Amino acid sequence: MLDANRYKCCYCGAYVSVCPTCSSMELMETWIEVSQGCKDCSVCTKICPVGALEAEV
Amino acid sequence: MKYDVLVVGAGPAGSMAAKTLAEAGLSVVMLEKRQEIGDPVRCAEAVSKRGLKDLVEVDPRWIAADLKGSRVFSPDGASIVLSEEQSGGKTGYVLERKIFDRTLAMEAACAGAEVMVKTRAQGLLKRDGKICGVSAIRSGDTFQIEAPLVIGADGIESKVGRWAGIDTTLKPKDISTCAQFLVKDESIDSNYCEFYFGNKIAPGAYAWIFPKGEKVANVGLGVLGSRSSGIGEPLRLLQEFMKSHLPKGKVVEMDVGGVPVAPQLEAMTTDGVMLVGDAAHQSDPLTGGGIITGMTAGVIAGEVAADAISRGDVKRASLRDYEDRWKEPNGNKLQRHYDLKEFFIGLTDEDLNNLLHSLTNEDTVKMDLRDMLKSLLKLNPKLLWGLRHVIF
Repeated sequence: MLDANRYKCCYCGAYVSVCPTCSSMELMETWIEVSQGCKDCSVCTKICPVGALEAEV
Repeated sequence: MKYDVLVVGAGPAGSMAAKTLAEAGLSVVMLEKRQEIGDPVRCAEAVSKRGLKDLVEVDPRWIAADLKGSRVFSPDGASIVLSEEQSGGKTGYVLERKIFDRTLAMEAACAGAEVMVKTRAQGLLKRDGKICGVSAIRSGDTFQIEAPLVIGADGIESKVGRWAGIDTTLKPKDISTCAQFLVKDESIDSNYCEFYFGNKIAPGAYAWIFPKGEKVANVGLGVLGSRSSGIGEPLRLLQEFMKSHLPKGKVVEMDVGGVPVAPQLEAMTTDGVMLVGDAAHQSDPLTGGGIITGMTAGVIAGEVAADAISRGDVKRASLRDYEDRWKEPNGNKLQRHYDLKEFFIGLTDEDLNNLLHSLTNEDTVKMDLRDMLKSLLKLNPKLLWGLRHVIF
């Protein structure tokens, strides 16, 4: 499962654009909502400019 | 609530579309999920003077810097100077987007558009298989807004296109992920934008110093998503860039974001839906600039949408005029710039050094991007042979 660190997040939404599942990620003003639809592909983790997204081990 | 057209997203592209529609006499509503339009900034804020003046009356309140030109640096630190209107149309003014975006939204509102902030579209509504609006949420309250035509101006994180069946998902090689600081430093040259290239500085993209007034600048860099080698790479590299180039710089703001540097979408419309701006991947893949292209698309989309509504036909065939008008000249130019970007990201630092050094005896001040590329090809035929069909 994806871990979104809200203390690092600058809420830019860039990661949403590479998410292969349209509905699993959403930027809600100042926090990221990751739903059960996340496939743990981790593509978004390298796109986040500040390292706020990490795949939980 | 019922409107003729619903615009999702109040950035420059959305506001221009909403304003164009309202001025044509249509009822239009523009949703912005953030509570403040234009904030937080996700942009380096540089625009072409000519491009901006073609679209709006320039207001000094949102011009942070009026530039003389650009300096381009190779990985080894050599540089050339380009004049303001001849540097790819990228530079000229540096905007204050927090004021600029808000002003455009206000102009749309003054023209008659209704603006709803802190209002997020949650999905498209359909009736008898046809799109007829969106479900939205504002301050926790869910409600429906009906409109036969929805314009998705919802930025790089666009959902409208994907909800409507247009795949706008970006590949990592087609997104530049960026970090930027607003910096105060005595060494900042207030007259020139600076671009720094190098695979160690900004893999697959570039670093920039864009002045925003006396000794203040946006200092940032992008990393191509496919070149990002670790978690939080843009921020880490930006901190390194600051240490090497502006060690005494005082950081007073931090902005981050992503920019599509992608090929043109095959479809920017479908029945009842149009996409504009970053949602339609309309930023320049070579420079990352997307303000002028987005605003231009917003105007065209607004005009075509107004015509489609007046005819009562919002099927894709009726909206195709938007795509055709966008493609020539904008879309075709951006597709060429995508080919250029794909070529240049494959160059080594040694290649980049050689290219820039080859120009040091040329009068680059009088060149535009195309002239510069032609000179580069003439001076470096072996290295740039693969680009001959793009440049000429």
